[in-house]
Amino acid sequence: MKLLFDRIDEPGLNTLSVYEARGGYEALRKALAMPPEAVLNELEASGLRGRGGAGFAMGKKVSFLPKGAMDKYLVCNADESEPGTFKDRELMQKSPHMLIEGLIIASYAAGANRSFIYIRGEYVLQADMLDTALHEAREQGFIGENILGSGHSLSLVVHRGAGAYICGEETGLLDSLEGKRGNPRLKPPFPANQGLYQGPTLINNVETLATVPAIIRMGGDEYAKLGVETSTGTKLVSVSGHVQRPGNYEIELGIPSREIIYGLAGGPPEGREVKCWFPGGSSSPVLTAEDLDIPYDFNSLAAARSMLGSGAIIVVDDSTPILDVALKVAKFYRHESCGKCTPCREGTNWTVKMLERIDSGEATPMDLEIMASVQEHIMGNCLCVLGDAMAMPISSMIVKFREEFESHMQSRRLEPVHA
Amino acid sequence: MSAIPRYAHGSRVPPGWDEAADLSKDPSPVPDPATTDVPAALREQIEAHMALYPDSRSAALPALEAAQRVHGWCSPEAIEQVACVMRLTPAYLVSVASFYDMLETSPVGKHSIYVCTNISCSLRGADELYAAIDEAAGENADFNVRAFECLGACDLAPMASVDGVYVGPLTIEDVPQLLDDVRAGREVLPEKQLARRPCADAEASDA
Repeated sequence: MKLLFDRIDEPGLNTLSVYEARGGYEALRKALAMPPEAVLNELEASGLRGRGGAGFAMGKKVSFLPKGAMDKYLVCNADESEPGTFKDRELMQKSPHMLIEGLIIASYAAGANRSFIYIRGEYVLQADMLDTALHEAREQGFIGENILGSGHSLSLVVHRGAGAYICGEETGLLDSLEGKRGNPRLKPPFPANQGLYQGPTLINNVETLATVPAIIRMGGDEYAKLGVETSTGTKLVSVSGHVQRPGNYEIELGIPSREIIYGLAGGPPEGREVKCWFPGGSSSPVLTAEDLDIPYDFNSLAAARSMLGSGAIIVVDDSTPILDVALKVAKFYRHESCGKCTPCREGTNWTVKMLERIDSGEATPMDLEIMASVQEHIMGNCLCVLGDAMAMPISSMIVKFREEFESHMQSRRLEPVHA
Repeated sequence: MSAIPRYAHGSRVPPGWDEAADLSKDPSPVPDPATTDVPAALREQIEAHMALYPDSRSAALPALEAAQRVHGWCSPEAIEQVACVMRLTPAYLVSVASFYDMLETSPVGKHSIYVCTNISCSLRGADELYAAIDEAAGENADFNVRAFECLGACDLAPMASVDGVYVGPLTIEDVPQLLDDVRAGREVLPEKQLARRPCADAEASDA
């Protein structure tokens, strides 16, 4: 079942004429003919959970916005920066109108009149595609005053970021969108109450919003039949690393992870085995080959002490030392830590230093314990989850590959020291 | 262990840190439009961005990007011009510019080559690719070769963003051609560009 990727490579799908010819913007007409509460009911009935990483129920998020006449904002988070994730890129590049249509419907349900798409600055081609599509949508009267005579008005701006992972964090994104450094804010207040320009703000991921037209078209209850009970619908999965066919795949949630890694992506190269895999971007705790039969959905992965996250599977085969993986991950979070909270700023830095000591043969077995305790002290102690995003995979690696870390440490210590 | 960089007086702390700030001095002022020369095209772009938002400060990033396109980097002059149009202090804009990876706070080559060296790309040889590109570009002042964090194109791994155009998967053998294309102002490795890549999901393209 393909909802988002249905004939995604059809030439010209990025243009309004082709998108409309295959039924595009019909969901918008249908939604605008319903009262906003009914649209919200459909979203809630669909069981759609946020596709950006946290997996929060989308309908519920919309319902948190205060009612009544006031300036409300809708922000689409297109700052796709989680390592391993590239699904939104493909959607925005090939089917930008699907996102815009979903965004208009969501703004109608939420009563928001101003919207922004915050897209990472590196996505030049995709931002250009969105700008062109936005221009077409505006010409056609889908964006602007009194959309299709419904009384609902909406402005939309495509805002380009300038390269900072932290701006994918919702409150960091809001600060960045306000023209500041992208530092996360203290929560509460949550963005639903005080977000952009201190107004009530709904923030959703690209894929979440792009799914909205399909939900309106088929009805929330019908959509909820896809996937499994707690993880409804289809999901775009980005598979990368040591697989033969890396790329984006649309799957129905709940299929065995093995089917994605081996069936769709072709598994690791000939003669190699899966050593570990990140199920939801580099922030998710790693799983091993033994976990390949876990169903790929939010709750099953959480039960396995990991997470579905952004739906980015990174496969590491047995040719790569676990230390290399840990160092890459830790260095990334050290670079991207905004420096506001001490546990994250110092914890990411020290984790890198300790991993480097293991590699240089200077570490003692006690260092593994210290490193594990540093991770524990980061988790839950910062304004945002960037620190946790390093602590979770590093802790899981220490638990699952302790022997390899120890033997690496030992062998490096015994090697003659090079100048 | 690498040596810790130290200042001439033997400390890691820069000289002058213990001198008190001059409180009688004016704080960094907003540049005076009468004495600040802003290119008309740049002013127009910045003002257009400012008009898009309920709070014009939101235009800081697009404005700095526009100025960077004109000046090559966020030079003091560029910052001054943006500050003048946006009615902000230069210090504020420097604080913003220094936060973001794509805003350059020192002079760089005019062609940016960002090589992704994050986890998925490095599993497929990105570190070697970066070393090869960096070596081939050498001291050429036209190139701004950087090892970059995940660029969101792990399906092309290892890959690079060349003046904003995504190309991959790259091999070491592609490097001379890639640099030649940039030097000659040609399209970079057209057959390896992301824009031409079909979706990996075979069923998505059927029907």
